Amino acid sequence: MLTYANPNRFMQLARRLTRPVWGLSLACLIIGLYMAFSAPADYQQGMTVRIMFIHVPAAWMSLFVYTFLTVSSIFGLVFRHPLGHVAAKSAALIGAGFTLITLITGALWGKPMWGTWWVWDARLTSVLVLFFIYLGYLFIWKAIEDPLQAGRVSSVLAIVGFVNVPIVKFSVDWWNTLHQPASVSRFDAPALHSDYLWPLLVMALGFQLLFFALWLLRMQTEIFKQKLRVRRLGLVETSNGTAS
Amino acid sequence: MNSFIALIRQDIALAWRQNSAGLSISFFMMAVALIPFGLGPDLKLLRDIAPGLVWVALLLAVLLSLESIFQADLEDGSFDQYLLSGTPLEILMLAKGLAHWVGVVLPLVLTAPLAGLLLNIDTPSLLPVCLILLAGSPAMSFLGMMGSALAAGVSRSGLLAALMVMPLYVPLLIFGSSALSQILKGAATGDWINAVFLLLSIGGAALFFGPLVAAAGLRAFLK
Repeated sequence: MLTYANPNRFMQLARRLTRPVWGLSLACLIIGLYMAFSAPADYQQGMTVRIMFIHVPAAWMSLFVYTFLTVSSIFGLVFRHPLGHVAAKSAALIGAGFTLITLITGALWGKPMWGTWWVWDARLTSVLVLFFIYLGYLFIWKAIEDPLQAGRVSSVLAIVGFVNVPIVKFSVDWWNTLHQPASVSRFDAPALHSDYLWPLLVMALGFQLLFFALWLLRMQTEIFKQKLRVRRLGLVETSNGTAS
Repeated sequence: MNSFIALIRQDIALAWRQNSAGLSISFFMMAVALIPFGLGPDLKLLRDIAPGLVWVALLLAVLLSLESIFQADLEDGSFDQYLLSGTPLEILMLAKGLAHWVGVVLPLVLTAPLAGLLLNIDTPSLLPVCLILLAGSPAMSFLGMMGSALAAGVSRSGLLAALMVMPLYVPLLIFGSSALSQILKGAATGDWINAVFLLLSIGGAALFFGPLVAAAGLRAFLK
């Protein structure tokens, strides 16, 4: 972890990793989609069961990315890791995207199955709140110009917002909701037939790798942006110096 | 301890003189009074939606008052004096939160049930309604101050603070308005008294974490 505190060393690693991670992720997504479409249609849900292969991995990722964002923020705020805030910022937009995908696919799935696009049950509402927290986090970065200051302030918000993550996870157990409880991550065997479980796991792996690919790309962009910013400020200072 | 009490007194006096509470109360009353114009004067309908309506209007009124907690202090440099005073910033933040609660939220919550009359809530329910709102009020101040502190250094901080605080207010809204609707349906005290304890415990957690987060947020700006 500390080895990559140096942005240049991180950039070297990132450049080497980006292509393989992209490749693996696309391979997983293609194989996963093929498996998803060759799985038998559900006896009750029919074809709509295939929405699950996008909806569930995206939902897992929305929580994973927020956790990742919080941990990076703690690294940035508490341990002063130079890349902590950059890592958190780069993850935030991707996480917001996964959350939006979760909400949209959920609505598309809810319409044929529950007869409505949206219900105000605990799971759906807490995921919507998660989306709002992502938005608030992103707005901080927009509102504060100085990246160091924005990093510190946004980290505090990220850590406060983490309360919502366990609420999302356990909302289906704590309250009686229309949304079904967890059927894969349970202590006993998953309550999902292997015909569905395998494509789901492959898709989840694909989403996970997709996140890392996008994250690496955004990390590199952010580091370039900050370098550019520093260089511009330097140019302004030197040109001011010659003028006076 | 002296600076703690002095700060509370100063902030309450300021809130009183600037009439912050009056402003929030007027906003709240206007928001509640606007609804019948939109929905029509059906008293039964108004009574049905009253619990959620009262809570939403109340939280919006509190959100509007949040900007005032830190903005002036940061602008006129009082804040740097707090840092130099030697009293831990967290203690001073606790004082500011308490002052906001006493100076703005408490008057608002105590007058809010009057708006219930506009929404056809019967008079015997007004006291329990007031109790529920009162139980939720510390959480309003101390959750609100987190967002207010995080947004304090930004121009247009009110909007940003509102955006950050609204997700935190969702539990208050859910438990508070469900308790209110139980009261209005005439449920026994035992059915909604749990909500009072729940709201108070959210308030207790916010009382502890609010000043910590606010201090961390403000330090992040000033470093």
